[in-house]
Amino acid sequence: MLALLAQEVDFVRPAIDWHAVAPELTLLAFGALVTVMDIVWLERGRRLTSSVASIALLVTMIPIVTLALDGEDRVMFGGAFVVDNYALVMKAMFLVAGYVVVLLSTNYVAEGDYWESEYYGLLLSSILGMVLMASARDLITVFVALELLSIPAYMLATWRKRDLKSNEAGLKYYLMGVFASAIMLYGMSLLYGGAGSTLLADINEAVSVDGSPSAIVVVGVIFVIIGFAFKVSAFPFHTWAPDTYEGAPTPVTAFLSVASKAAGFVALLNLLFVGFFGRDDVYEPLIWILAAASMTVGNLVALRQTNLVRMLAYSGVAQAGYMLAPLAVASDVGDAALTATVTYLLVYAAMNLGAFAIVLAVARKTRSAEIDSFKGLFGYAPGLTIAMSVFLFSLAGIPPLGGWWAKFRVMEAVIEAESASGVVLGVFVAVNSVIALYYYARIGLGMWAEDAPNGDTTPIRVPASLVSALAITAALTIAFGVYPPLVSEFDVTLLAGGLGG
Amino acid sequence: MSSLLAASSADVPFPILSALVVTPFLGALLMLVLPNGRPEYFKQVAFLVSGAVAGMTAWVMVEFDKHTADEFQFVDSAEWIAGLGISWTLGLDGISLWLVVLTAALFPLTILAIEAEHTPKAYYAWLLLLEAGVMGVFLALDLFAFFVFFEIVLVPMYFLIGQWGHGARAYAATKFFVYTMFGSAFMLVGILATAFLTAAETGNAVSFDLVYLAEEQALATTTARWIFLSFAVAFAVKVPLFPVHTWLPDAHTNAPTAGSVILAGVMLKLGTYGLLRFGIYLFPEASVYFAPALVALGTIGIIYGAIAATMQKDLKRLVAYSSVAHLGFIVIGTFALNTEGLSGGLLQMVNHGISTGALFLLVGWIYDRRHTRLIAELGGLQKPAPVFAAVFMVVMLSSVGLPGLNGFVGEFLALLGAFAAHRWWAIVAATGVVIAALYLLWAYQRVFHGPAEGDNAEMKDLTWSEGAIMVPFLAAIFVMGLYPAPVLERMEPAVDALIEHIEGNVEDFDEADADQGEDLDVDDLKDLGKKKDSKATDESALVEGGAG
Repeated sequence: MLALLAQEVDFVRPAIDWHAVAPELTLLAFGALVTVMDIVWLERGRRLTSSVASIALLVTMIPIVTLALDGEDRVMFGGAFVVDNYALVMKAMFLVAGYVVVLLSTNYVAEGDYWESEYYGLLLSSILGMVLMASARDLITVFVALELLSIPAYMLATWRKRDLKSNEAGLKYYLMGVFASAIMLYGMSLLYGGAGSTLLADINEAVSVDGSPSAIVVVGVIFVIIGFAFKVSAFPFHTWAPDTYEGAPTPVTAFLSVASKAAGFVALLNLLFVGFFGRDDVYEPLIWILAAASMTVGNLVALRQTNLVRMLAYSGVAQAGYMLAPLAVASDVGDAALTATVTYLLVYAAMNLGAFAIVLAVARKTRSAEIDSFKGLFGYAPGLTIAMSVFLFSLAGIPPLGGWWAKFRVMEAVIEAESASGVVLGVFVAVNSVIALYYYARIGLGMWAEDAPNGDTTPIRVPASLVSALAITAALTIAFGVYPPLVSEFDVTLLAGGLGG
Repeated sequence: MSSLLAASSADVPFPILSALVVTPFLGALLMLVLPNGRPEYFKQVAFLVSGAVAGMTAWVMVEFDKHTADEFQFVDSAEWIAGLGISWTLGLDGISLWLVVLTAALFPLTILAIEAEHTPKAYYAWLLLLEAGVMGVFLALDLFAFFVFFEIVLVPMYFLIGQWGHGARAYAATKFFVYTMFGSAFMLVGILATAFLTAAETGNAVSFDLVYLAEEQALATTTARWIFLSFAVAFAVKVPLFPVHTWLPDAHTNAPTAGSVILAGVMLKLGTYGLLRFGIYLFPEASVYFAPALVALGTIGIIYGAIAATMQKDLKRLVAYSSVAHLGFIVIGTFALNTEGLSGGLLQMVNHGISTGALFLLVGWIYDRRHTRLIAELGGLQKPAPVFAAVFMVVMLSSVGLPGLNGFVGEFLALLGAFAAHRWWAIVAATGVVIAALYLLWAYQRVFHGPAEGDNAEMKDLTWSEGAIMVPFLAAIFVMGLYPAPVLERMEPAVDALIEHIEGNVEDFDEADADQGEDLDVDDLKDLGKKKDSKATDESALVEGGAG
């Protein structure tokens, strides 16, 4: 007995593929560096932190590129951590999105006299969580990654700490987030109880039995999906989003609406395609309802908004609906659904970050995110107006911009399913695109055709970091639409097939 | 048709059709980088760019081989999104040729005729972008590319109406945008369904190639009918057909003059062209099935548009409603599904572009001079502006369909075709011609006759430059009215090929031919093809006789 125990305690370090975890380690090292700089140099380190953070994100791209060139799928920890094309694409997206967020934050955080070192430290650790999430194929890894990306985000949302709205934003986000985590964790524990393993591949084997699913599996799957529905702000779990988006500092809002949402989707994709793939009779109806309800309610409520950030929050709910739509037919079209959602995530990141960059630039002058304050923008900031039109019409799905291609992929996936539910969902997407067009186009017309409020036409001075953020996002938004193979020729494949530990 | 794609592309070293699309687009970009200091450059550059497009189109028109007008010529194809079988394929046949020519001619004239009221840079940039989009729609032979252009067109027009319009411009622009987008959203579902269901039926890779999809015809009858409906909704909004026409009067009334000219001149044809090229060609069986319904809607549009036009107090709105009526003739001609009807509908598309485009220009000039378009406030303009009145008279009569002018030929052929196919609807539609004469002549009488009082007496006559702009319009009106054969003989092979395509795919389809008065056998078709040349001459002789 004792001998047996001794044998079990004898710890053997699992083989670690250092190349595969290099992105995570690089980010971790730089995050620590930012903290150490703050401790050692105190105020003197402040000026450098945003540069260090952007360097961190760029340097982390190097191992991503070498891994991509290598092209080999790497599996570690018995299948809990996987580096494949899909993971690399998503990791690269998180890093680029993070880089753009740093560009958006540079002037905002410095000029607002907010804590700077901590800001970038937390930002880096949140991005670390997202990068980890892309590789997570195990319930525990998924959960750890989720908390790693969420907890810094709760704090970032309250960064304007003397502002009540910001406090409200952070608190709402925190309470809702914890609530969602709890539900999800309960679902996970049920799944673990049923499958006897936390590995998603094992769970897939356990749940994918013929015949009707057991109650434990149904409840487990539904609870886990609902937990992530909070994260991606799908209706009816979106209620935190508008208040949090409005109250949080705008760069953080951009981060939440793009990177954090994408991380939620990445987790959902991992779970659906690796963990629950055989159980489509449980998750497909649920996702179908979430998708249809999110796009419809999100768009209808967005129509009535007078604040651009709140409008973008509701439009984000609707966009989450479009991204969920292909997953509702995942069992029929397989890879096409995965590609559609991944494509949408990439394009959405570019265009939505771009829209927030414009909000930041304009707010530097108007100190407001009210839609009315954008009127007459063409008169004094034609460049910003053209860029914003690109982002808005891309969000509306007008060709030849990226958003159009993303929507096309979604439509393609739901129609390719050749099922009645797919076609009906396609019609939902079609009708919703029209509703959405109304509020996006209205802002566009206001910028071009109306007069500036109070006749104030002093030009806007846009700092260099915002200009680069705009250049990156606008170039990507246009390039994705004009030459779509850029965004959809990644070889992202169905994870359930290629996995197994 | 498909076999020729490869053959003719080898003959064309320079991708002239791509140049037609890309040139105005580059022009729009160039406009953005021009310095703001010299606003007069904007108009000149815009005119030069659209003039270059017109020049290239003239070359295409001359080089166009009328003997093979039933095939796509100058085909220009490149891979775009290989994974989904999407390609950048442009081509031109007898159906699209004249619409491209119309587009290429109308844009430079419009740019020349009207000054931007403000912000010329954006104004001309949007106009050039619009030209690129419209060209793309008429030339695209790939469903994906077609849809992209079909949507691109909306954005410039939205801003042209919203930014340079009058009155409730934001309302009109948004209504236009949302209506059209609503239609095209369904079309997107239809396009995807066509591509994927064809791929599933045939087991081939997915392709969005128009010719491939049309020749394959693998869809089940009911499915094809549903998909046809999704296309038809999009095009019906664009045409516009009753009852989805309500955006049109608002858009026209509030649009700037250039917007109205382009909207009436070419953009409404996107709908009728779409019905012809994508509706009938892709779904022959469904087109035959739904033809009676579409003819009925077209006829309702004719009568409704005519009656509504009679009631209008605003001259521009009157012309807008007359468009609803005229487009009705195009639809009943097209869905007569015989040579006369299709050629008449096609010809009427071009004619309507010429005469209604010119009418909107003239109404715009009246507004520039008098700052009102209300018929009640105008009157007696003939005395101070006799040349203006004369030109207006000719253009208006062409719109009424006076024999000897262009409007007559198209309307006559369309009605002839419709009469053979749907006799009673054609008879009802023919009364629309009478009402058209009523409201246009009545409007003319109220605006130009009678005593000229107040500002009306001071109205400036047509200037030399305005007259010069009107010359091409008037020339087209007379030439196409007196000798339409060159136009018709390039259309007819394509139209006949389309009818053969229907006959080849719909088992119990009989072309209701106006000449024969009896049903044709499929065997007779070969002879029919030979007879076409003599028939075209007969028709032009008939028209000349009518003019005399």
